[in-house]
Amino acid sequence: MTAMVRAESVHKSYGLVEVLKGIDLEVKQGEVFCLIGPSGSGKSTFLRCINHLEKINAGRLYVDGELVGYRQKADKLYELKDSEVARQRRDIGMVFQRFNLFPHMTAAENVMEAPVQVKGTSRAQARERARELLEKVGLADKAGSYPAQLSGGQQQRVAIARALAMDPKLMLFDEPTSALDPELVGDVLDVMRDLAESGMTMVVVTHEMGFAREVGDSLVFMDGGVVVESGDPREVLTNPQHERTQAFLSKVL
Amino acid sequence: MTDKIDKEPADTPPRASLAPETIKAIPVRHYGRYVSAVIVLALVALLVNAFATAEKIQWSAVGDKLFDSTVLAGAGRTLLISVLAMIVGVVLGVLLAVMRLSKNPVTSWVAWAYIWFFRGTPVYVQLLLWFNLALIFPMLNLGPIYKDEMTDVMTPFMCALLGLGLNEAAYMAEICRAGLMAVDEGQTEAAHALGMSHGKTLRRIVIPQAMRVIVPPTGNEFINMLKTSSLVYAVTYNELLRATSTIGSTSYAVMEMLFVASIWYLVMTSVFSVFQYYLERRFARGSSRNLPPTPFQKIRANLLSLRSPQGGAA
Ligand SMILES: Nc1ncnc2c1ncn2[C@@H]1O[C@H](COP(=O)(O)OP(=O)(O)OP(=O)(O)O)[C@@H](O)[C@H]1O
Ligand SMILES: [Mg+2]
Repeated sequence: MTAMVRAESVHKSYGLVEVLKGIDLEVKQGEVFCLIGPSGSGKSTFLRCINHLEKINAGRLYVDGELVGYRQKADKLYELKDSEVARQRRDIGMVFQRFNLFPHMTAAENVMEAPVQVKGTSRAQARERARELLEKVGLADKAGSYPAQLSGGQQQRVAIARALAMDPKLMLFDEPTSALDPELVGDVLDVMRDLAESGMTMVVVTHEMGFAREVGDSLVFMDGGVVVESGDPREVLTNPQHERTQAFLSKVL
Repeated sequence: MTDKIDKEPADTPPRASLAPETIKAIPVRHYGRYVSAVIVLALVALLVNAFATAEKIQWSAVGDKLFDSTVLAGAGRTLLISVLAMIVGVVLGVLLAVMRLSKNPVTSWVAWAYIWFFRGTPVYVQLLLWFNLALIFPMLNLGPIYKDEMTDVMTPFMCALLGLGLNEAAYMAEICRAGLMAVDEGQTEAAHALGMSHGKTLRRIVIPQAMRVIVPPTGNEFINMLKTSSLVYAVTYNELLRATSTIGSTSYAVMEMLFVASIWYLVMTSVFSVFQYYLERRFARGSSRNLPPTPFQKIRANLLSLRSPQGGAA
């Protein structure tokens, strides 16, 4: 199996503060890869490096075999142009903790926006696809609603549909359910479970240990900018080897 | 909750009874309000009377000249120069705001310096600078493309347009910058994550949302512009104030013609205010669950609440 994401000693600093201190990991094609760890451990930062919303300072990050944000020629690295970075991002969907739907567009328009503007899909085709995707996330009847008229859980499902509209080969989820009321979490997790079953490669930062255990294929526990422990989710969650993992899990489980 | 306590006197005529009886309390009397209303009305009446009966003012002249062709042409030019200068201001202002927020220190500094100069000097001075530009550059020489005497290029119209437009751009830049910064950064990130370019993100995602913050002060700016345009009098552009003043001084009806000018300024600003209201409604789309009421709906609501303090039970 080819690696969808490969991180080699990824470092990231904000000014003098080093947030990622050498991350090595591999996300296989078609797998659901869960990232857990305490607040401030660098999970979001790492996720944002994968689609180059953040630039890494050292190491290498590959998505589907392609270096993210740079081109390597001989021993030199060249920064990619904005348009090239944008092209790389097309294939990587991202779902944010706070949804970040476009508030001036209806649910359907949110989903249509990128295909029409980025891929040049015709509006009619994009509308049809938006309808399909909204139906898939259980919101066929909300196509004409603005985000402000939707509940948090509905907004997050629209956000997932919006990311899927670009037919990505990789989906990144940054705590997609932690801004939601408990009773709305289930709907979003159901959509993610369906997506996992359809074979989508997913990197999921989450505090939902139940989801990680049931749906996850691999799990990484991060703390202080390093990978502390990784392996099969069921194994790591029930029988953590490292004491920092044990301490963290005893608090959240 | 169908029970009710009936404290009405027995001789009250029976009303059409609604399902749960509406409350019929005696409203609190605001005597202070009545007194102040009477005083204010009296003062207004005195003022109106003073104007209406002033012997030195020929009101008939106001009526005669209101639709005078010179006056109408002046009002037309005021409107024209205001609209054009505003367009220059908005376009340049957006550009300056984007420059100011750019990561490139040179563009950001240039924008800063522009705003610093054009906001820091009176527009009247700027108008005169354009008017006298020939003193510094006698010729406008754009190489093989264009060459002419500066005095031919700097017509009163051009002076007015550049003076008002470039000055407005500095103010619009600050308004637009505030608008762009008010848009949540998550919006840009979401657009970038979808593979949208910087330009598309700005045009499709950020600017439409910034409009909600930008439109109300821009409306204000335009109303200001309609009035500030009277300063282009100084560069001999024949706008409303200049047109009326010319008539005023030749026909010895100075005050009357100023009234004529005021009436037209009020007409233009009033018409625009209505237009602005609907524009704001348009850009409020998606920002709240319900759109604000139209002025008509508001007036209706106000009238109802005036009539009955219980809040529309009339
Ligand atoms: N733009 C930034 N500038 C400076 N420091 C930052 C920036 N973004 C994140 N950090 C710091 O980097 C560290 C890691 O942040 P990150 O958001 O990746 O944590 P996280 O693991 O996602 O935490 P959480 O579970 O709370 O979301 C934190 O200490 C944070 O303060
Ligand atoms: Mg985070």
